[in-house]
Amino acid sequence: MLRSRHLLGIADLDAEEIQRILDTAEAMKEIAARPIKKVPTLRGRTVVNLFFEPSTRTRMSFEVAEKRLSADTLSIAVATSSVTKGETLLDTVRNLEAMAPDMIVMRHASSGAPHLLARLCRSAIINAGDGMHEHPTQALLDAFTIRAHKKRLDGLKVSIVGDLMHSRVLRSNIQLLNKMGAEVWACGPSTLMPTDLARFGVRPTTSIDEAVDQADVVMMLRIQHERMHGHFIPSTREYFSLFGLTPERLRRAKDDVIIMHPGPMNRGVEIDSEVADGPYSVILEQVSNGVAVRMAVLYLLAGQEAEAD
Amino acid sequence: MPQVMDADRMGRALTRIAHEILERNRGTSELALVGIRTRGVPLARRIAHSLRDINGEEVPTGALDITLYRDDLMRQPVGPQPVVRRTEVPFSIDDKRILLVDDVLYTGRTIRAALDALIDFGRPRAIQLIVLVDRGHRELPIKADYVGKNLPTSPKQSVQVRLQEIDGADEVVINDPEGV
Amino acid sequence: MKTLLKGGRVIDPANGRDGEMDVLIENGTIARVARTLPADGAEVFELRRGWIVAPGLIDMHVHLREPGQEHKETVATGTAAAVAGGFTAVACMPNTDPINDHPGITELILRKTAQANLARVYPIGAVSLGSRGEQLAELGAQKAAGCVGFTDDGRPVATALLMRRALEYAGMLGVPIIDHCEDPSLKGDGVAHEGYRAATMGLRGIPGVAESIMVERDIALAELTGGAFHVAHMSARQSVRAVRDAKMRGGSRVTCEVAPHHFILTDESLERPTRYDTNVKMNPPLREQADRDAMLDGIADGTVDVIATDHAPHHLDEKLVEFDRAPFGIVGLETAVPLVFDRLVHAGRIGLPRMIELLSVNPARVLALPGGSLAEGRPADVTILAPDAPVSIRASALRSKSKNTPFDGWSLRGGVAATIVGGRVVYRNEQA
Repeated sequence: MLRSRHLLGIADLDAEEIQRILDTAEAMKEIAARPIKKVPTLRGRTVVNLFFEPSTRTRMSFEVAEKRLSADTLSIAVATSSVTKGETLLDTVRNLEAMAPDMIVMRHASSGAPHLLARLCRSAIINAGDGMHEHPTQALLDAFTIRAHKKRLDGLKVSIVGDLMHSRVLRSNIQLLNKMGAEVWACGPSTLMPTDLARFGVRPTTSIDEAVDQADVVMMLRIQHERMHGHFIPSTREYFSLFGLTPERLRRAKDDVIIMHPGPMNRGVEIDSEVADGPYSVILEQVSNGVAVRMAVLYLLAGQEAEAD
Repeated sequence: MPQVMDADRMGRALTRIAHEILERNRGTSELALVGIRTRGVPLARRIAHSLRDINGEEVPTGALDITLYRDDLMRQPVGPQPVVRRTEVPFSIDDKRILLVDDVLYTGRTIRAALDALIDFGRPRAIQLIVLVDRGHRELPIKADYVGKNLPTSPKQSVQVRLQEIDGADEVVINDPEGV
Repeated sequence: MKTLLKGGRVIDPANGRDGEMDVLIENGTIARVARTLPADGAEVFELRRGWIVAPGLIDMHVHLREPGQEHKETVATGTAAAVAGGFTAVACMPNTDPINDHPGITELILRKTAQANLARVYPIGAVSLGSRGEQLAELGAQKAAGCVGFTDDGRPVATALLMRRALEYAGMLGVPIIDHCEDPSLKGDGVAHEGYRAATMGLRGIPGVAESIMVERDIALAELTGGAFHVAHMSARQSVRAVRDAKMRGGSRVTCEVAPHHFILTDESLERPTRYDTNVKMNPPLREQADRDAMLDGIADGTVDVIATDHAPHHLDEKLVEFDRAPFGIVGLETAVPLVFDRLVHAGRIGLPRMIELLSVNPARVLALPGGSLAEGRPADVTILAPDAPVSIRASALRSKSKNTPFDGWSLRGGVAATIVGGRVVYRNEQA
């Protein structure tokens, strides 16, 4: 089913595994429509949500997913943990492990931090975002949302626009969409493009008009205000004028285009409110689909763990 | 691979069950059928069809996937996680008399899981159980209300129900374990 | 006290010697080198067939961590690692705690060296006080205390003006300035080579030109001042080109060194065999294939003067952290010789005499040390090499206090048979 007992990145999944996760998520989505939105599947299993970086959306989404599967959950945010007292990541996790969690859902500002944990501890690790590297469950929920609207992924023109260099969402999405046969465009200022972007398997462009033209999906990435400090962009105002998604620019896209954003949004910086709240926007659907996709991942990995025991 | 039920006998068994349902419930009002995936679902549809043929009324029919309720889910020493499929119960089960449908009744554990799942959808007035084959060897205090055929088996044997909709033919066969 | 090294092949490029010869050591100095010498009361060290007698190897870029970071390495453990790696002498970098910008620290290191009584240690002093780049350290006093060169290693000599004055002043003293060439603004908070690999792995990059821009600055200043400038741990192809061009132009005293990991590994090691292995995190970072190949070309064509290890021990706990929080650096003293044999000599890229130049003759020349030669009357620092000995590198078996090597588990051909410092056998490899 899944070859690895961890979910560290889309890099480790093949098309068949991605398909399996998305199909399972379809079944999980129905649970949200029930009067009792809970199944006993992970009863007696302990899942720790270890967030070394602030996150509302992803952490909430995982917590809801875990609770709907009846897992016992424990959420630890960086501010309340001993990490700030100089304890190393490894110490923190060894202490947690003494409580024998079956799975650790981990968000960390350092790329590769979940890979370190996966090597050193017994629990199954789910990467909920590591630095600028990967955010696999975000890419899976994006794919799930696209599939719900387009009934397929292959052959679609998906344009990802924004701060490409610092985005883990970009890196996971490119890999997933390539594996599923979509045509991925990546658009952003040249200062915010990763080295050798073309080798990632995307069509790089600095023209948002070209990116949006005949697009099936436009995925906007967040621009952080601190990007002004590394001389990446002169101002958010100039950024919006060159790369902001406006209703005028959106006219070039296909009639049934959908607009996505992993959140949190900067209205008026990367996206016009009219677009964010408009009829093409599926941004809130992404949020609710996130729960179903994370339930699917938890369920499938829980089985892997039984195998490893 | 001895056949213990052919298409003809299966059809007659299901029709008989439909009559028994009407008799026992005095009509179809407040009834709903829920088939347990996989083969309980087409069986439920067929029974709904028979009920309509007999008294002209449509009985709502749903499909239940019990994978997430299985008690052996996290106990399997090896083997992939079972595929989860969609549950579709597009009607309220509150105060309904639910006719739960499965192909084979054996240990009772599937029915236990299905009961748990059903309860999560609401509070039915009653739940009745329909099975095409009851092969015995119960491990839980569960009994079917309508049985197509009682089939004495040994625990070593396996009973397979094949249906036109899924397998391309209607029959029930008993397989002896290999080499015996 | 006499020792006769019998039956080896002497390779002594400084004196134009290469052939089957015996070496007689008397009272800690080289007494005679000739085709056959009688034992004549000397203790005879019978060399196996194929073994090489070379002037003692010198690693001119080593971090001994003492004073201040004795949990990583000490002068005693570092020199034990050195002699086990075939090095009779090492030059130690000043980025200790405190920074070696004062004769008191130089004297401390030399005292510890004498206590350990293994390899020779040549301290390199800081160019500026605290290596802060603000005020020139007392280079004259430091030289008198025993420093053989100056650097602010760990960081570059901060400003062009400071580098200019340092070159002028050190030139007066007859010692080189060694620079850790790196433009701080281009390096930023980078942790890996800026290339496709780091980009896909979400690691902040350090471009090759962050190094070469500083190499070019320093070459220009070396040309201006006539001072001796040595490029530490060169890693970028652009730097090799800059040094090559400077040497072609002539008229300046520019030399450079390359570490084994930079001519063997590339940034592919970030991903394989272990993803985000902090033992492949060093500064300068492992670069891409074109850079690695440029190092090999530079070694073959003479652009590169020296192979130095940049031996940078770190405690296991310090390395067992997130990639971007881990300190830069790997240990190198005990892996250098097998790596050079296997990847350069046996791979047909360089001959044995060139190997001895890179590891002994040239570092002695750059730092104006007495070693690098088997001339009669010189101190008897000798490394005996076993070019065909099978070597398996095991991190746990290293004598260094730290085990941070990416070469753990590697099987290589060519190693050290014995190390002789001042006529005394300080290391003998029974496996060779």
